[in-house]
Amino acid sequence: MFKKILIANRGEIAARIIRTCQRMQIQTVAVYSEADQQAPFVKMADESYLIGKPRVNESYLNIDKILEAALKSGAEAVHPGYGLLSENAPFAQRVKEAGLTFIGPEGDVIAKMGDKIAARAEMKQAGVPVVPGTEEAVTSVEAAKAAAQTFGYPVMLKAAAGGGGIGMQAVHSDEELEKAFEGNSKRAKAFFGDGKMFIEKLIEEPRHIEIQVLADHHGHAVHLFERECSIQRRHQKVVEEAPSPFLSEKTRQEMGDSAIKAVESLQYTNAGTIEFLVDRNENYYFLEMNTRLQVEHPVTEEISGVDIVEQQLKIAAGDKLELHQDDLQINGHAIEVRIYAEDPNTFYPSPGTLSNLVLPEGPGIRHELAVESGSEVTPFYDPMIAKLVVHGSDRNQASERLAKALHAYEIDGIKCNLTMLKRIITHDKFREGDTTTSFIQNYYLPTLTNH
Amino acid sequence: MFEVKASMAGSVWKITAEEGSKINDGEDVVILESMKMEIPIPAETSGTIKELKVSEGDFVNEGDVIAIIEA
Repeated sequence: MFKKILIANRGEIAARIIRTCQRMQIQTVAVYSEADQQAPFVKMADESYLIGKPRVNESYLNIDKILEAALKSGAEAVHPGYGLLSENAPFAQRVKEAGLTFIGPEGDVIAKMGDKIAARAEMKQAGVPVVPGTEEAVTSVEAAKAAAQTFGYPVMLKAAAGGGGIGMQAVHSDEELEKAFEGNSKRAKAFFGDGKMFIEKLIEEPRHIEIQVLADHHGHAVHLFERECSIQRRHQKVVEEAPSPFLSEKTRQEMGDSAIKAVESLQYTNAGTIEFLVDRNENYYFLEMNTRLQVEHPVTEEISGVDIVEQQLKIAAGDKLELHQDDLQINGHAIEVRIYAEDPNTFYPSPGTLSNLVLPEGPGIRHELAVESGSEVTPFYDPMIAKLVVHGSDRNQASERLAKALHAYEIDGIKCNLTMLKRIITHDKFREGDTTTSFIQNYYLPTLTNH
Repeated sequence: MFEVKASMAGSVWKITAEEGSKINDGEDVVILESMKMEIPIPAETSGTIKELKVSEGDFVNEGDVIAIIEA
């Protein structure tokens, strides 16, 4: 096992990785920007290196600076966390060239899964169901319209290189498509340097359900069941749970089998997640693969008893997976809510000083934190400042514990989405398990007009 | 005289209007950036931009005046 690793990330995920390293007696090296000098994860690490100015281009995306810190500190491996450089194939390659281990899959696999068109083709070949759509990028509005005709409206317009909902739009007619095509292509070009677009049949009222996988370098892979992540705002997840309240046992097994097929076809290694869209008849379609640790991984840890970061470290160190599919079981139910520093009505960011933080305690409660009382929440990074994870013997107990915990949770000094989270998880439709990607649109936003 | 105010805290990413120039209701005056999100701030009235109170890169708080428009 490694003696020392560097964490090329910040916030709650850096802190979470450090915790597992401490338990495994692995020394940790943090890198941080000028904006994060006081951040809890920097204090938690055994060593820390200031790598640049607040903006990510000048710090957390600066590969040279990160590698310099890694080599100087004597770290043997680099954990990329999520976001930032975690799905950057050249970074994985550079880490390897520097003689260090990248804690994640091979660079070429990251690159393949990062290109949505290549990913789709690969999955189709592996026998994993994909959403009907164009196999090649469509280069003109005319070609886009012709493609839309064959699948029938509504369709989804997507940037090949997109992420985080950028360059993605549902369109319902030729007129809408004409308007949306140019704009989204331009935005994708500006954000990702690639304006290629493709078109898919829109799955209406879908659920977003994903399968966590682990695969070692010895050809052995397991899945850790599903996470239901349908409740989203601005195409970003807000509430995640495991297991899904919707899936039948039969579909659960089929999706798990599909995920393993994908892993085998790709010769995937380390932790990854295959995201699927699931329609109301439980038909499921490959959406994308995230070749890294996910924000919502703790719900899987809570129901499976597996520390995913520990498994990542062991796999990267060349160990054989000790987990076997037949031994893995779902134990109870877990729900995670993401706490964002943002206005709960407009979803606009709300940076500022977090003057007071009160955390609920109790059975089944787990906190993942980027902040502490007195922290400065800066405008430079993602607005997620904490995650609250609750485990219970079943979904009812988990929901009740979560509701209680959210009522005891206090954040002062900045706006945050606690009130929104309380409304979501106490809503009858949530209790009934009616969690689709339009939940916020259908059930949360309408409640705002009454107040 | 109408004040154009910031609807969120963040930095001024781009200024899309010029002092002294005409602007129509709904046209963007500046684009703010915060926490990986860009929010255009439009004029809520037509008129002439009398004064721009910010420069690109400035940090503004929610409610700060960004520009003054003379109808």
